[in-house]
Amino acid sequence: MAISDVATFAHLSDADVEALGREFDAIRQEIEESRGSSDAAYIARIIRIQRQLMVAGRLTLFASSFPPAWVAGTALLSAGKIIENMEIGHNVMHGQWDWMNDPEIHSGTWEWDNTCPADQWKHSHNFVHHTFTNVLEKDLDVGYGILRVTSDQKWHPANLGQPVYYALLALLFEWGVALHDLDIVAVRKREKDSSDLRRQLKGIWRKVRRQVGKDYLIFPLLTGPNFLSTLSANVTANLVRNLWSNLIIFCGHFPDGAEKFTEEELDDESKAEWYLRQLLGSANFEGSRFLHIMAGSLGYQIEHHLFPDLPSNRYPEIAERVRELCEKYDIPYTTGPLYRQYGQTLRTLMRLSLPTRSVTPELGSPRRRRPSSDELRRHIGPKAPQAAVA
Amino acid sequence: MPVFPKLQKADRGGDSVTNAPGQRSEPTSASDIARSLLARMTTPLLPDDYLHMVNPLWSARELRGKVLEVIPETGDTATLVIRPGWGWNIKYQPGQYVGIGVHIDGKWHWRSYSVSSTPDGSSRRQRDRQLTVTVKAMPEGFLSEHLVRGLDAGTIVRLALPQGEFVLPDPPPAKILFWTGGSGITPVMSMLRTLHRRDTMPDIVHIHSSPTMDSSIFREERIALAARHRGLHMIENFDDRHGILDAGRLNEVCPDWMSREAWVCGPAPMLAAAETHWAKARLAKKLHLERFSAVLGTSAEGGRITFAASGKAADADGATTLLEAGEAAGIQMPFGCRMGICHTCIVPLRKGMVKDLRNGTEYQENAGVQTCVTAAAGDCVLEI
Repeated sequence: MAISDVATFAHLSDADVEALGREFDAIRQEIEESRGSSDAAYIARIIRIQRQLMVAGRLTLFASSFPPAWVAGTALLSAGKIIENMEIGHNVMHGQWDWMNDPEIHSGTWEWDNTCPADQWKHSHNFVHHTFTNVLEKDLDVGYGILRVTSDQKWHPANLGQPVYYALLALLFEWGVALHDLDIVAVRKREKDSSDLRRQLKGIWRKVRRQVGKDYLIFPLLTGPNFLSTLSANVTANLVRNLWSNLIIFCGHFPDGAEKFTEEELDDESKAEWYLRQLLGSANFEGSRFLHIMAGSLGYQIEHHLFPDLPSNRYPEIAERVRELCEKYDIPYTTGPLYRQYGQTLRTLMRLSLPTRSVTPELGSPRRRRPSSDELRRHIGPKAPQAAVA
Repeated sequence: MPVFPKLQKADRGGDSVTNAPGQRSEPTSASDIARSLLARMTTPLLPDDYLHMVNPLWSARELRGKVLEVIPETGDTATLVIRPGWGWNIKYQPGQYVGIGVHIDGKWHWRSYSVSSTPDGSSRRQRDRQLTVTVKAMPEGFLSEHLVRGLDAGTIVRLALPQGEFVLPDPPPAKILFWTGGSGITPVMSMLRTLHRRDTMPDIVHIHSSPTMDSSIFREERIALAARHRGLHMIENFDDRHGILDAGRLNEVCPDWMSREAWVCGPAPMLAAAETHWAKARLAKKLHLERFSAVLGTSAEGGRITFAASGKAADADGATTLLEAGEAAGIQMPFGCRMGICHTCIVPLRKGMVKDLRNGTEYQENAGVQTCVTAAAGDCVLEI
């Protein structure tokens, strides 16, 4: 079976699915052809602001023993790190800016301010996650090998500790990301090639040394007598970045309405069906332009998954067109305010730590009938009453 | 002309600060030690990434230059005077070319141009160093048109280090023939200026063809040089007046051409003719040719793909992706989604041209290309 057989899409004929695929292709082509100087100016500006934040933060922390300077410096540094990881690093490494032909802003050369080496990130994220999005056992982002995020994953008594695991993962997120491409599940099952493992560990170690060196040694030392307060500021900035990026990222595929899939659904998948899977597997959230930039444009998770390598500053306009298409073809478009999307994510994580069968109506499951239009509307999001979804 | 940096993880954030392609490599100099210490602070970026935000020329990561002046030469040519920023190697040889990258509509466009200035003319002082390139606006050449007519003084351009084998040895041979056509004069002009500056002008016959007298580049300066140096004989051919000067007339204009070491630069047919002519005379060793890469818009489909690291090659048609061709040839190609979305399979294209199978976009040398959705458009070389 293919993705177009899941209930949500059952009303679409094969011709509809292909037509929808062509509409998505047309959006991509239009955006690609209209990329130009204003887009280049956007990323250049974001990069400039981010580097200014970093310089300002580092300088302010020379007075880190003075509490207001500690707070200001930590805030500047946190913001700088968040923007670097989210709106710049993640998106540059996706190749969103490769079209500029600028070796300084290119997926092939970018290294980000994170303990995860860029090449491992591009493998685990760009390739594995974005190609096999939400497919159980294929997409390692479904639970990251330690969490039960869908009732399709078998419950195990160890899942009882899930709230604790999640809290730890959120706090230490960059370290989780650093180890992610090792594929902990494969390592545990001893299926991992040992030379691969050694090579990856070496890469991580090299990156970690430099990251830890500058944040926890060099800059604290440079501020002399303020060593400890600068150190605590840098630790805090990394923690803030961890919590924030984790919050945003967990809103991408875990709120209600973001479906999980099985390997059978991948069989003979066409490009159009791939688009459908990306659409149904992702969830957006709403917010101001500022929030979206701080979230690395992942509030447009749906658009990002349809077009992971189109420039992030174009997602808002793409979103309008995707929504129109969803209405035209009567398919769900999951979005809502950030607090609600994250609330749903937390609730799902808590519930699934227990041996629950199901948390939400499994819309994508082929076992079920086609949802009523009322259910669909609820599924779509912003107008849905909270209680009905929960 | 390596512009697209080698995809080394060590470039940034890795264990050591490797030199970007544009950099000098004198690992023990004090400035390099300082750079490497600073890089510990700026990791995963390089100090240059911050410095060039203060002054665009303060970066050795990607060489930059500032256009000081655009001097019109003839109706469709202009000379760009460029002050290179940090990291520029002043020791280029007369006759070499540089890659110049210009930012137009958000995109960097790269082409190579022969340097027309002499390296000896440059001051030792960093801020006074200059180089010039002379560009002819081609009717279909989007970039050359922009350089000749649309570039303002003060524009920051990217530079690649000088390259090329079309150079004059020092000291020069005793008897030389320069044969140039149109804008093919530029590398030879650099040689003439250098010989003049060093005062080592040997016995030279310089044949230069141009469509008309007005379109003859550097004419006044060449006349002045010929008047100054007794060894320099200038033979001018204006096609509208004298007809095309082909290899057959070489005996007539330069009877002793066989005894001279020759440097020939000009349009492709002229180069081809020269190559055959010298080969027939069994003098191929005395001939130096400068070829400019093919112009855009090739209709070629498929071609021979060479994988530079292993030296392996594969013939592929216009529908076979570079990735498929590479895998079939037994190359360990990086791969990912195989549908053009994840950018995991990017490999630098060193030479030639490839086409995106989805939309026909052409990529030229020095671009990083997604091998899973591109196919060869003529022969090409991949850096893997």
